[in-house]
Order: sequence, then C-alpha cells, then structure tokens
Amino acid sequence: MTDATQATKKNRPVYTNIHVTQIVSYRLPPAGIVSILHRISGLLMFFLLPFVIWMFDTSLTSEISYETFTAAFVSGIGFLPGWFIKLVTLGLIWGYLHHFIAGVRHLWMDATHSVSKAQGKNSAVVTLVLGVLLTLALGAKLFGLY
Amino acid sequence: MTTYGSKRIVTGAHYGLRDWMVQRATALLMALFTIVLLVQVLLTSGPIDYVAWSSIFSKQWMKFLTFALIVSLAYHAWVGVRDIWMDYVKPVGVRLALHTFTLVWLTGCAGWAIQVLWRL
Repeated sequence: MTDATQATKKNRPVYTNIHVTQIVSYRLPPAGIVSILHRISGLLMFFLLPFVIWMFDTSLTSEISYETFTAAFVSGIGFLPGWFIKLVTLGLIWGYLHHFIAGVRHLWMDATHSVSKAQGKNSAVVTLVLGVLLTLALGAKLFGLY
Repeated sequence: MTTYGSKRIVTGAHYGLRDWMVQRATALLMALFTIVLLVQVLLTSGPIDYVAWSSIFSKQWMKFLTFALIVSLAYHAWVGVRDIWMDYVKPVGVRLALHTFTLVWLTGCAGWAIQVLWRL
C-alpha cells in the first residue's frame, strides 16, 4: 500500500447513527426543523384523530349534539375543562397549518425543482413563521380575543 | 438482501415509489378539500350555526368529496406514520406491533368518520 492511500484511510471520517442522547448537541438548519416538525405535527394529528372525528360527529349529527360540541369549548366535557379542549384544539390548529404549509413546500419543490441551499432555507423560514403567525391569529379567535 | 428464511428482511417490497406518489396525491386532495370547505365557510352569510354548518356537508358532491378525504387521510397517515416507525423503531417485534396498532387505529377512525357521513 502506498503512503497516499494509507493517509486517505487514516483521515477517512467515521459516521455513526445519532443516539437519542446526542440530539440536543446537533444544530438543525431551518429546513431540518421544518422536517422534524412535519413528522411531529403528523404524529400529533394521528393521535388526535378520535378528537377530530368526535368534533365532526357532534357538530353535524343533530342540533342537540351541536350544543354538546359548542359547550365542550366553554364549560368542558366530562372531567376535561373547556380551556383544555381549547388548548388541544390550538395544538391541532398549529399541527394542521404547519403540516399543510410544509406539505405545499414539498410539492412546490417537487414541481419546480427548487432545491438550492438558499431556496431551501428561505422556504423553511417562511413555513415556520407562517405556521406560527396563522396559529396565533386563529388561536386568538379560539380564545375569544376578537 | 434475503427475501426468504428466518433472516429475511421484512420491510421493502418495491413499494417506495408507489407510496411516494400516493403521499402526494392524497395530500393534494386534502389540500383541495381544505380550500373548498374554507371557501364555503367564508361565503356563508351570517353566523355559522348548526343549520349553516350541516348544510355544507349534506350536499351530495360534498359527501362525495368528504368520503374521498377520509380514505385519503387514512392512506396518507398510514404511509407517514409507518415511515416514522420504520425510521426510529428497530426491533422487528415492536415495529410489527406498532404497524398493527396503526392499521387498527386508522381503519377504526375511518369507519367512525364514514358512519358520521352516512347519517347526514
């Protein structure tokens, strides 16, 4: 073996899987944050599906069930207080908005091949900011601020 | 890669591209549904009460679209959630249990949603 190949071998970087305890020491770029939040928001909505269908059910089935639906957000339902229902709904609103915008970003990248480093960063920042701003706007309505 | 015997790989059957396409097609349909529903809510004159809300969903074309939405959502969530399990859960037994749970959860939820739609 020549010196050159030996040197290459020595300097070859070693990649290992990231362990769960190492996550905090990794700094994610905006696109990475959008990506992981896309997964988290998706999983959140997956687990909240029964709540979504419960809202679909009670808001549509009859006028009596509609009353139950609206009352849940004011005086609560069962042992769950109204503010908790609103808080879960706020989480759902953010999850939907972030997932929606991040999804449109994906489709836009697929369709236009906009995959440069700058475009990826800009669209990621837009996704994060737009998701939070729209959540705040709808959240204010949900909590009766306007 | 072994596709038989006790050491066989239990994931991967060339369904990558199909799922990738399905993920996008179902996403488009759900985005379209969101816009259609939002437009109807915004175009409603007066407050959104029970009558206004239920009349949106009682139209036949809206039931058609909502049914397609429920099936799309279940398929979309199946692909997405299974991706999460496949990336983070390595023991085959645990993964199999999670996949089974996901299928039960999604089919159960889809059935409930269709049941609500059926009654309208």
